[in-house]
Amino acid sequence: MSESALLTVDNLDVSFPSEAGRVRAVRGVSWQLNQGEVLGIVGESGSGKSVSSLAIMGLLPERARVSGSIRLRDRELIGLSDKEFSAIRGSRIAMVFQDPMSALTPVYPVGEQIAEALRAHDRTRSRESARNRAVELLDLVGIPNAANAAKAFPHEFSGGMRQRVVIAIAIANDPDLIIADEPTTALDVTVQAQVLDVLTTAREVTGAGIILITHDLGVVAGFADRLMVMYAGRTVETGSVHEVYETPRMPYTLGLLGSVPRLDDDAHRPLVPIAGRPPSLVDLPAGCPFAPRCPLAIDACLTEEPPLIGADRAVACIRTDDVATAQQETEDVAELATRIYADQTPLSVRSEPKPRDERELVLDVRGLAKYFPITKGVFRRQIGEVRAVDGVDLDIAAGETLGLVGESGCGKTTTLLQVLELAKPERGSISLFGEDVAELDRAGRKRLRRNVQVVFQDPIASLDPRMPINDIIAEPLRLYDLPAAQVRARVAELLELVGMSPEHAARYPAEFSGGQRQRVSIARALALEPKLVVLDEPVSALDVSVQAGVLNLLAELRERLGLSYLFVSHDLAVIRHVADRIAVMYLGRIVEIGAASELLDRAAHPYTQALLSAVPIPDPSAERSRDRIVLVGDRPDPARPPSGCRFRTRCFTYAALPEPDRARCADVVPELREQGTAHQVACHYPKVRGVI
Amino acid sequence: MIRFLLRRLVNYVVLCFLAVFFTYVLASLTFDPISLLKAHKPPPPAATIADKVHQLHLDQPIPQRFLTWFTSVLHGNFGDTVYGSAIAPDVWERAGVSFRLFLFGTIFAVVLGVLVGVSGAVRQYRFSDYASTFLSYILIAMPVFVLGTLLKYGATELNYATGSSFLLFTGETTPGFTGSFGAEIWDRFRHLILPTIAIGLGPAGAAYYSRYQRNAMLDVLGADFLRTAAAKGLRRGRVLYRHGLRVALIPMAALFTYGFATMIVGGPFTERIFGWYGMGDWLIIGIQTEDTNLTATVTLFVAVCVLVSGLLADLAYAALDPRIRI
Amino acid sequence: MILDEDAAAHPPTDDRGPSAPSASRGALVWRRLRRNKMAIAGAVIIVLLFVAAFTYTWYWPWSYTQPDLTAFLTAPSGTHVFGTDNDGFDLFAETMRGLQKSLIIGLLVAVLSTGVSALVGSVAGYFRGWADWLITAIVDLLLTLPGFLILAVLSPTFRGKTWLLFVLLIAAFNWMITARIVRGMTLALKEQEFVRAARLMGLPSWRVISRHILPQITSLLIVDATVNVGGAILTETSLSYFGFGIQPPDISLGTLIANGTSSALTFPWLFFIPAGFLVVTVLAVNMVGDGVRDAFDPSSTRGARRADRRELRAERRAARAAGRDS
Repeated sequence: MSESALLTVDNLDVSFPSEAGRVRAVRGVSWQLNQGEVLGIVGESGSGKSVSSLAIMGLLPERARVSGSIRLRDRELIGLSDKEFSAIRGSRIAMVFQDPMSALTPVYPVGEQIAEALRAHDRTRSRESARNRAVELLDLVGIPNAANAAKAFPHEFSGGMRQRVVIAIAIANDPDLIIADEPTTALDVTVQAQVLDVLTTAREVTGAGIILITHDLGVVAGFADRLMVMYAGRTVETGSVHEVYETPRMPYTLGLLGSVPRLDDDAHRPLVPIAGRPPSLVDLPAGCPFAPRCPLAIDACLTEEPPLIGADRAVACIRTDDVATAQQETEDVAELATRIYADQTPLSVRSEPKPRDERELVLDVRGLAKYFPITKGVFRRQIGEVRAVDGVDLDIAAGETLGLVGESGCGKTTTLLQVLELAKPERGSISLFGEDVAELDRAGRKRLRRNVQVVFQDPIASLDPRMPINDIIAEPLRLYDLPAAQVRARVAELLELVGMSPEHAARYPAEFSGGQRQRVSIARALALEPKLVVLDEPVSALDVSVQAGVLNLLAELRERLGLSYLFVSHDLAVIRHVADRIAVMYLGRIVEIGAASELLDRAAHPYTQALLSAVPIPDPSAERSRDRIVLVGDRPDPARPPSGCRFRTRCFTYAALPEPDRARCADVVPELREQGTAHQVACHYPKVRGVI
Repeated sequence: MIRFLLRRLVNYVVLCFLAVFFTYVLASLTFDPISLLKAHKPPPPAATIADKVHQLHLDQPIPQRFLTWFTSVLHGNFGDTVYGSAIAPDVWERAGVSFRLFLFGTIFAVVLGVLVGVSGAVRQYRFSDYASTFLSYILIAMPVFVLGTLLKYGATELNYATGSSFLLFTGETTPGFTGSFGAEIWDRFRHLILPTIAIGLGPAGAAYYSRYQRNAMLDVLGADFLRTAAAKGLRRGRVLYRHGLRVALIPMAALFTYGFATMIVGGPFTERIFGWYGMGDWLIIGIQTEDTNLTATVTLFVAVCVLVSGLLADLAYAALDPRIRI
Repeated sequence: MILDEDAAAHPPTDDRGPSAPSASRGALVWRRLRRNKMAIAGAVIIVLLFVAAFTYTWYWPWSYTQPDLTAFLTAPSGTHVFGTDNDGFDLFAETMRGLQKSLIIGLLVAVLSTGVSALVGSVAGYFRGWADWLITAIVDLLLTLPGFLILAVLSPTFRGKTWLLFVLLIAAFNWMITARIVRGMTLALKEQEFVRAARLMGLPSWRVISRHILPQITSLLIVDATVNVGGAILTETSLSYFGFGIQPPDISLGTLIANGTSSALTFPWLFFIPAGFLVVTVLAVNMVGDGVRDAFDPSSTRGARRADRRELRAERRAARAAGRDS
């Protein structure tokens, strides 16, 4: 480390009072950041990564107790008064927050909010000049038509656009340091790619050091120079981004790397789940806080917390040598993780099914459409409609998983709810197990319902908080009037099936972690032995290490019970891991559908390519050498979709077309057409391009 | 924007009409002014009673009575009282009395409520927060007739203790008082203090606003945009005032109409206790004499007040929140 | 602020199974409630008032029906601790009798109106349609036509009838606003994944409402019932104050206060003692209500009102939606 460190954090300690006792959120963390450097801080929820960044900004609540030292160049920041800190905040250190939807004051135009940041540190600047500079900054962060946009209010902007505004505020006074706390977590992947681009620009323009805080190992891989992994309020591993990704030494880091599904690896590799949860920071037991979850833990790990040993490359673990030895046998980090976490990682279990055309279709959707009316006035006069789903065709064969992927607002959830309603759709048809739902009577619907069950996204919201687990799982059984004894036995059996213990039946959902609750949801869905399970973003609310366990469970259940899945997700890496076939949705239509490997390797629709390109790969070398496609602009308003091909307004192929060829995109809605084998694309000018 | 307000106006006008209609019908059904007449001793002759029945249109079906009354209202005639005197001549004067009372009471309640609420939120869990919370609990638990009488009692004690008679609590002006314009205003002001406090602290007064304002402000205090504002380098005071309070005021506009309607209920009590002869006083007379026309007239006044307050709240809402400007 | 601290302070038990059996929800609520000193104080006061009011005939020599003809208008003294009124009735006996009536009315109205709110609100929110439209319309109408006014207009109908009719009428004009909150919560709950899951499982609507929706609203309903006790007592006293409520020879705190008002300056005990009991009762009820609310709502900042905030948000949404329509 050099003498010219921009920021020096020394033995930082932050604690809060809580009902249970004092929470030691950050425990003796030290590090340095140099001018122009990008430091990634990675950790799961509760690791203390956000708290330490707020300490640097001096934005912790008053009740927080902070000790240690934070120096910006030579200026000590801890203990500054509000007045002194205000002079530094926004001028020398700036921050970009997680949720752009709520980060801007709703009642002022965005230009004014940027101008305010300028004038706060330069009283001599005139309103006029601040306003002009705000427009320049908006232009710099890539907001089209900046002069007019400056007069717009935050609610008129999409999430991605708002995050750009927040970045514009952050770079307004040319800061030395920008802290970005999960800046892209709340955004769609294609927008995430745009925002990361803007952050790169910001770094080039200001030459500032950046601290990027995230739970996403993919995002830091492509962006950070150095990496710091936090666990239970401490740094457990740090080093250059290449070192940490390629030769992780702390088992926790290794586990994290093994648990992330990746776009570029073997699709059937079982993911590494890290059992257990981070410890409570109220009364930490002696020893390494990770020891209870660590596959390599020995008695010595439980007696004393290992110190962080090393300078630029440092690890807080006494078993690093064992990891190093193990790595001599395999270069591949995922493989290494699987070996070290062997106890917890199931074997790969995909059996070879019969050819697809010999199997029965469990779901067959043709031309499905759902329009939501936009009404007006007291008499609910209809003035327009949102075409949430507009002509969707898809099918699922027995024992197959169809991954339905798309960004927010693309209509994937509407599609799924339409299937689950078991009612005649407004337009098009839905057949389940060969029966058209439009022709079902009440009894038929009840019979069919047994065979189609659902698991929702939010493990907190999807279980009734006032009901014990037993009643939750028994509810569907009781609906079919099973005798009480049988219900009891079945609940116990189901809990075992999803890897929980029958004793859990008497407890309430609040007593369980997110992963466990999701297992309960799965148990409930399986209660009536369905043939098709609809999974609506079943892992997107979980930490990666927990997500891996649930994904593994789903894969195992599919094999054991012969289930078919309709798996809806925004995350292509997850979809790749579970799906046999993939359908990509954009603005209410399927743009590409096909066998998973075929579609991913030979993506032909520009949107699929952009989507794939935007998913970061948690491997610094691979990530940095990738061909990037960054889409322009935002998703259009679904109430006013573009004519012809709905994607053309953001399409790079369209943009590159000679004028006469464009007419087709603008006038003719592209239908799904065969593209190679078992692969259909809805594009007038499809062109295969490898982007992973 | 204009269309939005027009639509709201239509909505309010329909509500006003319905309110008056329902009151008129209900009152016609329950009131029996003739029985009061019959109760006189000695009882009046049958012819007198028949006259009265005819004069009050009691021989007509209720919808027809309402129609007759309502058409005349549209021509500025509010009908007669059960004693046969015309209502219309007094309407404007009484409306003015009540209007003055509510205007100052509302301003006092809103300003005080917002100030107390915001300081309670910003200084949450401090002594001042606890004190103002407890005080507002007591005020919420105290009916306005207790509060009014208490104020009157306190004022007497205060006047006695200071040997002055600064606080006046009977009527709007001192009877027979004449003087320069300034002196008259001063006289009115001294009469206004106590009733304004009674209205302002009474039901849906400052305590009501302060509780809501405190919650709205607490909601905003946790908001991300305050953190963004602080991260820009704004000082705490400016963050709280320019970004916090400004946003926390928005929901108060929506509350205002509710609050105002509830506050009106305090009118009859305050007017009675402090000897102001306004609409509230008239309502009580109307019900006690079982007078449908009078009761319906007061209801119309109440409804119009709520209508105006509703429109004002909508305007304030639109002015405060760019998200609903169209 | 979104900090990691909450997750860090209360990590869910590890993935292998809950480590320690945690207390049931009821016990948790009870524990939180017990910690709240204000709520405990309120509860103790209510219990004391109840006992004192309903057993006074056992320990008190005077009755509210038998005047002491040797003592008219005596100030509080050894024989008559609260003094006597101008007919020689013992004020303590009268106050206890009035308190009985007020407490009973408060309880009955609260239970009745909260029950109706729950039923109507959840049905309207779940099925939408005409019930939904009707509730919204009625609440809007109540905005312009305060319940107090309607009850006052209706007062001749229960003159001379049992006071139970009076209770029914207060309850009949008290449920709408809560129903609207319940409706709003039902709308939100209906979109919750567990309700959606129950519906898609094929559960009949009535079972979805009774097993999944109403239990989620219980805490709001309990809180609302508590607050309604206070509100109903205030409504009763306000109406009785003008003679529109409890009729002599029946006694309530309202009639006592009304009688005492005119002599508040000369014989203060006649006014201040019943008024004091009224304020303390309502205050105690509200303190308990607030405590219960906080105990049910772990995320609430103490004293902040979650239901109110929800309503505020609903208002905001409604206003925004209204804005969008035009």
